[in-house]
Amino acid sequence: MTDPTPDKITPIAALQDTAPLRPPRSQWRDVWDQLKHHKGAMLGGGFLLFVTLAVLFGELIWQLDPKKLDIRNKDIRPIFSAIWDSAAKVDWAHPLGTDNLGRDHLAQILAGGRASMAVGWAAMLLTMLIGTTIGVLAGFFRRLDGPLMRFTDLVLSLPILPLMLVAVTLFRQPLRANFGPETGMFILIVGVIGVTSWMQTARIVRGDILALKEREFVLAARASGTTARNIIFRHLLPNVLSPIMVSATLGLATAIITESALSFLGVGFPSDFPTWGKMLADAVPRMQEFPERVMLPGIMISVTVLSVNYLGDGLRDALDPRIRGR
Amino acid sequence: MLTFTIRRLVLSIPTLLIIALVIFLLLQLAPGDPMAQVPLTVPPEVKEKMREALGLGQPLHVQFLKWLVQVFWIEPKVFIDWLTRESWLLGWLPDTALYQGELRVISWQTRSPVMDIVVQRLPQTLWVVGMAYVVGILIAIPIGIYSAYRQYSIFDQAGTFVTMIGFSIPPFFTGPLLIVIFSVQLGWFPFIYDTTHVVNDWDSFVYQLRQMIMPVMVLALQTTAQISRFMRASVLDNLNQDYVRTARAKGLSEAVVVMIHVLRNSMIPVITVIALGVPGIFGGAIITEVVFSVNGIGQLLITALFANDLPMVQTLTFIFAVLIVLFNLIADLLYGVLDPRIRYD
Repeated sequence: MTDPTPDKITPIAALQDTAPLRPPRSQWRDVWDQLKHHKGAMLGGGFLLFVTLAVLFGELIWQLDPKKLDIRNKDIRPIFSAIWDSAAKVDWAHPLGTDNLGRDHLAQILAGGRASMAVGWAAMLLTMLIGTTIGVLAGFFRRLDGPLMRFTDLVLSLPILPLMLVAVTLFRQPLRANFGPETGMFILIVGVIGVTSWMQTARIVRGDILALKEREFVLAARASGTTARNIIFRHLLPNVLSPIMVSATLGLATAIITESALSFLGVGFPSDFPTWGKMLADAVPRMQEFPERVMLPGIMISVTVLSVNYLGDGLRDALDPRIRGR
Repeated sequence: MLTFTIRRLVLSIPTLLIIALVIFLLLQLAPGDPMAQVPLTVPPEVKEKMREALGLGQPLHVQFLKWLVQVFWIEPKVFIDWLTRESWLLGWLPDTALYQGELRVISWQTRSPVMDIVVQRLPQTLWVVGMAYVVGILIAIPIGIYSAYRQYSIFDQAGTFVTMIGFSIPPFFTGPLLIVIFSVQLGWFPFIYDTTHVVNDWDSFVYQLRQMIMPVMVLALQTTAQISRFMRASVLDNLNQDYVRTARAKGLSEAVVVMIHVLRNSMIPVITVIALGVPGIFGGAIITEVVFSVNGIGQLLITALFANDLPMVQTLTFIFAVLIVLFNLIADLLYGVLDPRIRYD
């Protein structure tokens, strides 16, 4: 009769797998692989990480107090100015020199960076929070769409920089009285930047949510009885994460520049509290004799913002599935 | 198109009213006291009279309404009177004499009408900012076209890098940087903008050019960065279109294809971006004006803020808001005019 079937079917040689199957790859692994090839983004991300670590832990290594006055050692030039000017007053104890009151420049740059980066990160997080909330609410609930988007348009047509100046100048006293000079200004500046720069994020998120909520997986989730809250947090938010991340890098760059601009105009942190913008502003009157005091904080602001922008550029390419894998 | 224009114009009125209210409330809720600078020896009842003289005794809605009337009714009357009396454009008309000495918006600093000061300061801002914007656009458009035409070439990479720098270096750093290089080290340009300078012969014209170069360069860098990006993207979109292939197949030269066919089509979105950027450049000019001591509108706002001159601050901020709303409207309309496929009917 029929032959007994063999215990184990062995495929012919051509159909045999030569290598074990690769495990499935996650989306973020793909994004990282793409990002690795973007030279600008890697350099930018590396520098951003370096600056963040330096301003966080730099004072453990360079232990001079940025506020300590040392009038005997004032106006020391940075160590590299000895290269072209052998008569320059330099001192290895102050590698980047001291200012007109003898405060160490390196310590000031570290402390100023901490303030600038803290404001930048906090304002960016607040911006993303407000923008995402308004965008999700407007995109998901049809009844809220009209009013919220009209509100967004209205805020977009406000003159931002003048209003920021007005708000910071006028509300500085009560906040300082309530929270102390430094915390008060921090809250005020972060709040003002957050309240005035969420609009683009809200628009992008709303657009994406509007498209996503008509897709089948949302319908399936709705059909299986998922509440609106769970649909938003489980299904919609993870899918709009990439545009949020791209606008977060833009937000970080803008927040750092805005904080420095406010400090530069003299409405930022109190005068003995160093930030990069404030150091730059203080150095401008004497930049003829000491150009490096303008250059150092200015270069720090510019290079930090440049690296954030490059990181954002790379992220945008890496998160776009049409470009990824090319 | 006309109905769309009218509808947008009508809609912008409540927007402007709400913005005016927001600015007004922000200023009123702020705890700054305009009497803070008055010496302590002045007795309190005199202080109270001074507050009333400034119009601070009235309830909030009365103050707001009076300000609205002053800005929207009395100031236009003054302006029309000036047009028919002194301007060369309409000076041949009989003097209208609409303004009968009503109270205008008065600055607390100088006790003169706010609008008069704004009109005095406006030419400086317009010269520097306007020139910078025009220069920036003139540089940006060729860069954008060439970057797109030779995509991924060295020129394109360099252009991308320069735009990144333009986005990243804030004007309060480029300003001092240029001053250090060109005024201090090289001594080519003056680093303070002399607004009292009168151009009446060739030498003074050259001086005017020299003192304008640096502020214009600072502002133009940012404009160039933005607009060349948009131009590049827009030209790239158009270069892949069918009509470009048709034009080439007909045997038109590359110059004609790019400079006429592609350029005209890719200018449509860029022109609206240019219109949208005009009010932004006024806001951004505040910092540049402070750096180079140009006594324009931005500097006026800063000094008024520090002097707690609320009517001045409020009117100036409102003027900025009007500019934004106006240019948003212009951008929308331009889009419809330039591209007949997009009509808002």
